[in-house]
Order: sequence, then C-alpha cells, then structure tokens
Amino acid sequence: MTKHIKTPGKGSNYISTTNACKLCKPMGATLAFRGIEGAMPFLHGSQGCATYMRRYIISHFNEPMDIASSSLGEKNAIFGGGPNLKEGLKNVTAKFYPQLIGIATTCLTETIGDDLPMILHEYKSSTADDGSQPLLVPVSTPSYSGTHMEGFHAAVRAVINALADKTTDIKAGGINILPGFVSPADIRHLKEIALDCTIKATILPDISETLDGPALAESELIPHGGTPIADIKEMAHATATLEFGSTIADELSGGVLLSEKFSVPCHKLPVPIGISASDQFFSTITTLTKSPTPAKYLEERGRLIDSLADGHKYIFGKKAVVYGEEDLVVALTAFLTEIGIKPVLCASGGKSGKLKTAIQTACKNALDEETEIHEGTDFYEMAELVAGLSPDLLIGHSKGYQLARKLQIPIIRVGFPIHDRLGGQRILHIGYRGAQNLFDTLVNAVLTKKQDDSPVGYSYM
Amino acid sequence: MNSAILEERQEQVIRKAEGTAVKVSCDKDSAAGAISQRACVFCGSRVVLYPIADALHLVHGPIGCAVYTWDIRGALSSGPELHRLSFSTDIQEKDVIFGGETKLYNALIELIERHKPKAAFVYSTCIVGIIGDDLEAVCKKVTEATGVTAIPVQSEGFKGNKRAGYTAACNAMFRLVGSGDTADIPVKSINILGDFNLAGEIWMIRELYEKIGITVVANITGDGRVDDIRRCHGASLNVVQCSGATMHLANMMKKEYGIPSIRVSYFGIEDMADSIYAVADFFQDKEMKRKAREVVRQELSEIYPRLQEYKRALQGKKAAIYVGGAFKAFSLVKAFRLLGMNVVMVGSQTGTESEYRELQEITDEGTIIADDSNPLELSSFLKEKDVDIFVGGVKERPIAYKLGVAFCDHNHERKEALAGFKGMLNFAREVYSSVLSPVWQFMPRKYKNQESRND
Repeated sequence: MTKHIKTPGKGSNYISTTNACKLCKPMGATLAFRGIEGAMPFLHGSQGCATYMRRYIISHFNEPMDIASSSLGEKNAIFGGGPNLKEGLKNVTAKFYPQLIGIATTCLTETIGDDLPMILHEYKSSTADDGSQPLLVPVSTPSYSGTHMEGFHAAVRAVINALADKTTDIKAGGINILPGFVSPADIRHLKEIALDCTIKATILPDISETLDGPALAESELIPHGGTPIADIKEMAHATATLEFGSTIADELSGGVLLSEKFSVPCHKLPVPIGISASDQFFSTITTLTKSPTPAKYLEERGRLIDSLADGHKYIFGKKAVVYGEEDLVVALTAFLTEIGIKPVLCASGGKSGKLKTAIQTACKNALDEETEIHEGTDFYEMAELVAGLSPDLLIGHSKGYQLARKLQIPIIRVGFPIHDRLGGQRILHIGYRGAQNLFDTLVNAVLTKKQDDSPVGYSYM
Repeated sequence: MNSAILEERQEQVIRKAEGTAVKVSCDKDSAAGAISQRACVFCGSRVVLYPIADALHLVHGPIGCAVYTWDIRGALSSGPELHRLSFSTDIQEKDVIFGGETKLYNALIELIERHKPKAAFVYSTCIVGIIGDDLEAVCKKVTEATGVTAIPVQSEGFKGNKRAGYTAACNAMFRLVGSGDTADIPVKSINILGDFNLAGEIWMIRELYEKIGITVVANITGDGRVDDIRRCHGASLNVVQCSGATMHLANMMKKEYGIPSIRVSYFGIEDMADSIYAVADFFQDKEMKRKAREVVRQELSEIYPRLQEYKRALQGKKAAIYVGGAFKAFSLVKAFRLLGMNVVMVGSQTGTESEYRELQEITDEGTIIADDSNPLELSSFLKEKDVDIFVGGVKERPIAYKLGVAFCDHNHERKEALAGFKGMLNFAREVYSSVLSPVWQFMPRKYKNQESRND
C-alpha cells in the first residue's frame, strides 16, 4: 500500500472517513451557548440535528440538554426556513423565558441560503420592544466545514461580538477567561483559582453548573448557572483576556476580537494541563494581579512534583497515543513529555493546519522526532498507524475504546465524549490539581495493567 | 390547562376519561421550538438498516450524521460486525459547491475494496437532498464496477419524520428481496421483521419459533444478513413487530409475492405467548400448536415464581412511559399491569390516531396520553402524577433522574434483553432495581414531600 504517513498536516490518505475523531460544527455551538446564563441553544435546521446532538451530549453529562430546533420540513427547505425560525423563537420565548437564544445554523440552512440577520431583524421588528424579548445571537456553523471546536469558538466569539459593549457603566476591570471546551470540574477549578487570586473573572462559557447540576425538587426551564449576560457585556472593560488554546484561528478567537474591538490585551495560553502550562497560567495571573500565587496552589504544585518522584519510574518510556480535539492533544502531549511518557502518535480529526507546530512549541525540545502527528485523521487511520508503534497507552475520549480493546492496552479517558463511564463531567484536567489527577490516573493504569498481566499478582507497587 | 404545553400542542395531550374516547391529534410536524424528542428521516432509516451486519453503511453527508450514529445500537451480530463501524463521505464545502458524486463514488469503491461487504447502503442526508447528488446513478455505477450491490437510501433528514425514514429503509431492502435462491426453504417458514436483536433478543425469539418447528428465513433486521434478505420472499409468512418500522416491507412483499403478514409484539408475557400462538395458528398444524403450548408453559413455569416476587415489591407503584412508537407502549402498559403497577402517563414520538385510541382503551381513567411530547411537558407529567418510575430512551433519562425519579432504559442501546419471556423477567428486574434503590431517599423531591406531610 502506498501511504504517506510521514507527511503530517496533510490530512487523511483516504477518501472516506471511518469512525471519525471529530464532531460537527453546530454541536460545539450548542455546548458553548449552554454555558451562558439563561440561554437556550437553538438549531436552525431539521429536527434530527438537535435530537442527535442532545442524545450525544446527554450520554456524556447525564444532564438534561435542551436544544430547540426550527424543525424544518421539505416545504421549508424549498421556500426558506424563515417562518419556522420565527415560530420557533416565539415558542421558545413563550415557554422558557430565556434571556438569550443562541441560534446556530446547520448544513441545511446554510445551503438553502437563509439570511439569518435579515430573518432575525424581521422577527425583532414584529415583537414588542419592551425589554421582555430575549437577546438573539446567530452564529454561522455549516456542518460541512471544521469541527465542533470551530463551532464552539465561533459561538463564543459571536456572543462577545453581540454583547460586549464599552458604553456600559465602567466597573473595575476584571479578567476575561476563555477556557475553550473543558469540563465542568475544570471550570469550577478556574472559578476557585479566580476567587483565591481575588480576580474578578468572567469565564465564558461557564458550563460548571448548567451541565453538572444538583438533583432538584422542581425541574428548571433552563438550568441555573452560566456566564451572566451582564458580565459578558463588561468584557469590553477587562484589563486582559486569557484564552486557552494553541490552534484557534484568529477569526474564531474571542480574545482577538476583544483586543481588536476594545483593545483588551489577549494572552493566548495553551490549555493549562501539566506543570509548565499551569506555571505559565499562574504566572500570567501573577503578572496581571501583581500578587504572588496563593500558597494553596504552590502547595498543590509541591505535592504534584513530589508525586512525580514517587511515580516516575513506572511510566518512564511508556509509549502513548493521544487523540481528540487539537488543543487538548497539544496540551496533553506536552504534559506526557514532562513526565517521561513518550507520545508516539498525536492525532486529531480537526484540521487547523497548526497542530504540528503547536505541539512542537508546547513540548519545547522534549518531543521525539519520530512522533507521528496527524491532523484530519480518523480512527481507521489511527489503527493503521499504531500497528507499527506498539503503544502502551491510549489517552483521549471514550471513542478510542475499540482501538484500546483491540490492542489490549489501557485507555485513559479524558475530554469529551465519555460515553462508557460515569462522571466525565467531573474529570479535572487543568491546573496542578488536574495534573495530579491525570498523573495518578496514568500511573495507576500502568500499574493495574502490570498487576493484572502478572502471574504473581504483587501486593506492592 | 397545563402551562407546560404549547398552545398548538394542546390537542396532542389528553387525559383518559371513562367511556369517552378523545381524539389525540397526531402525525403532525413537530412544533418549531418545542424541543421534540423526535429525530429525522435519516434516523428512521439508519435504525432499521443498522443491524444488517454484513452490509456497508455509508452515510453521504457531513460528519455529524455518521458520527452520532456510530455504534449507537445494542444490535448484536453472531458473525460479521461491519455495522458497528461508522462510514462517512464527510462532505466538505467544496463538495457542496461542486457536487459530491465523485467523492461518493470513490469512497464507495475504496470501502467496498477494503471490507468486501455483501451489499452497500448509501444514506442520503439533508445536504445531499439540497445539492442534488444523484445517488441512484452513483450506486448503479459502483454496482457495475464492483459486483457489490449498492443501494441508495432516500433518507434526507428534512423530508418528514422518522416514519418516512422507515419507509425509505424498507424501499432500500426491498431491492434485495427476490434476488436469492429459495429452493430449499420449507413451507413452515417465516421472516422475523421489526426486531433488531438488541442485547440478543432475536436469538431468544428465533429459538422459541424453532422449538415449535418453524424455520426462520431472514431476520429483518436484527443480526441480519444481506443474503437472507435476498431470499426472504421464499418464506410463507412475515411476522412483523414494532409500530411500523418494517410494516411497509411486509406490505410490499404481500403485493409482489403474495406473502401474508401478522403483527406481533415480543414484549411482555401475554404478547410473547400470543406471538407464538399466532404463528402456530397460521400454519394450522396440530403438532405445532401443541408444541407452542408446551413452550409457553415451560417458559412461564421458569419465570413466573420470580415475577411474583417482583410484583410483591412493585405493587401499586406508578409508571410513566414515553417511547418512539406507540406499539411498544401497548406492551409496556400490559407488562406494568402484570407487575401490579399503574400506568399514569403514556406517550410516543410517532403514534397514530388509532394507536392512541387503543391506548385509551387499555389505560385507567386519568392517564395522560401524549403525542410528540418534550422535556418540559414530560417533567410536568412526572411531577403531577408523582411517578415512581419512568421508562424511555436516553433523552428521557435525565428528565427522570434530575427530579429523583427511577428510570428504566427501553432504548436502542440497551444491554439487557427485554423481549421474550426471559426479557420480561429482565424488565421486572430493571424496574425493581431502580424503584427499590435506597438512593431516592436523598432526593430533594422526597424531602419536600416529607416536609409537606409533616407540616
């Protein structure tokens, strides 16, 4: 077979996609909208898109996930989806009293050429102008380009673009944090850090409560929590924006937008996974607040470093496959090189064109030259690639399970989706505490495998 | 008037009143913005054809449609597992502009060469319906080039609801029917339609039919095989389960080949037993009828004592049902009754007027009956009726759990067989394991009830 596996960045060698390692663009937008207080995600397209995505998201978070749909039928596809969109907005407003409706397009409505701004303008003109109507934020997310991450970032940027406003009363400048698609546990950790560092942080989006809420006596129309709309408006006044992610295109970056539109300086950081990236995150905060990192986090860092000594031997030289969203892959790969695990394949269904450079930058000089880095790939190709690499571990979301099972190696589940285990929303990835969690999990996965495979079954490490 | 129900949906929700049957408005397009639990045409086709294990299932569309249906059903195969892979043409912007036919052709050639499937189903999606790719022509070309039959499935998502997808799937399968050799098929033979072998259900059902002397020609589609479908016109009878996922195929086979069909359900003891008796009655064979009685007696004697234990624990508990097709709801109503439980709410995504009428006949006064419901309504029903257990699919589960209500998974990805006699026992155990769990004592809903009682 003639294959060009040594040309990273080119994308897959195949025409067809088998077992994709990416999701579609509107899905990411709905997730971002779910992290805004009082917001209802709305898909302008056929009913199936909303239902499939809800089901996919529910299976990870085990939480209600309402996504409204304009439920277009055949007639609408021919004559335009405007009337259905308006009807849908009216119904959602009447039943859910949202503060904001985040409207993402789909392949269908992008292709039939619905003019969203115009339809929304017409809709607004036809409704009462008494402040009772929700804000409407459209975002263009044709499913035939990009992945859920492009959709996620585009939605965040669209919300900032629509809401952030310098004419609001100037309050004490806070810090904007655009964390990207991390877990509710990660967001909770960020909030804790902000509180401890006495930062007035606006984290957008904030899914910490909306997608990991308590049991309730009364069901909620829209889950409580999320970034308050008033705070989003004030993002224009912030002293800085911290944006996590190494592969986000400028035209999708909320941080770049805030910088260009309102001159809020943007600090682009890698997702703070591992020691160096967390150091970089905390030192950026220190610079901005002009206060030292709170002792609590230095102690966490100290315990983490101590545990690296305790556990390093068991994982040294172990070979790992890392896959998933590009920014997550970049951050995890850097972390692995910090602790002595050798990434042999870094793969993503995303295709930013930046994956290889981003990984090399994040890993400094610690990355082996032979490490295979592939964007625009799928699990079929990954399976072919690993055949000659004999990895010891798989690190990524649960869709890698079949591959791990075939290879009979452990899979360390991180990111999204995790459909075959409980508690994906509570996995902590970021900060020293997240690194501690990942390190313990990684070492223990290797120890479990060794213990299970051993004829002796040792009782000590 | 329940404030959770949209005005245009008021006639789609009724309460059973003794003596009078109320018309449930149904078979309507979902109201925009109502958060319907329904899916699309593509979904309907995909669920029906999915279990055909030696066919290639290629989704011609953007990545979402394929990736959200990857390994989505618990439809087991006794052999090949090609159906568990997710194939897509992953349509990109340039395909939308210039057309996706070349990409589709090349993808099909690539995949057929790689996997050597017995046939290939090519699913159309929303976008393909708009850009107008000629799937028929591409499939014809591929069939000629490879010798593997490629069949287009006209499942553009927006062209109706799940039911339209069932029809498209049946049309696709019907193109295979009639192309296989039927020479060695005995007279006492059937096809099983509308069971998808979730958690191995069709294996149990096949075994029961085989025990009474029946040959099963084709499973349509659970643990299905292309070559079996090609020769299924040689069977004497189509035994059709489910609300209508495969009814259209049975109707076409009746018209084309004169094969009669009967409708059955394998959920619950009564319906399962009736399914066996009905087949025995059809063949008018005394020995077969005797064996049928014997099989039912044997199976019942094994599960009945244990069912009684569950019944003692579950007596008087209140159940709510929300499922895809209303036909499944009939069986569930009966199954809950067998366990001594009261069904206080029952609804479906795609029920028909006659099905809702029948539901009114078999439910108790005051039972809520709802068509094409949504989370907001379902939450309000659970609360109003103070439900002990809700049975539904993945999307219904968090509605129950958030309110601290027990739940039974009756979905496409379930791991427990719920059909057949043993399935009834599994069902009872599932219900029991959720309802009797001690965790509910901590739920705010229970607190609140207690507090209000203490006041």
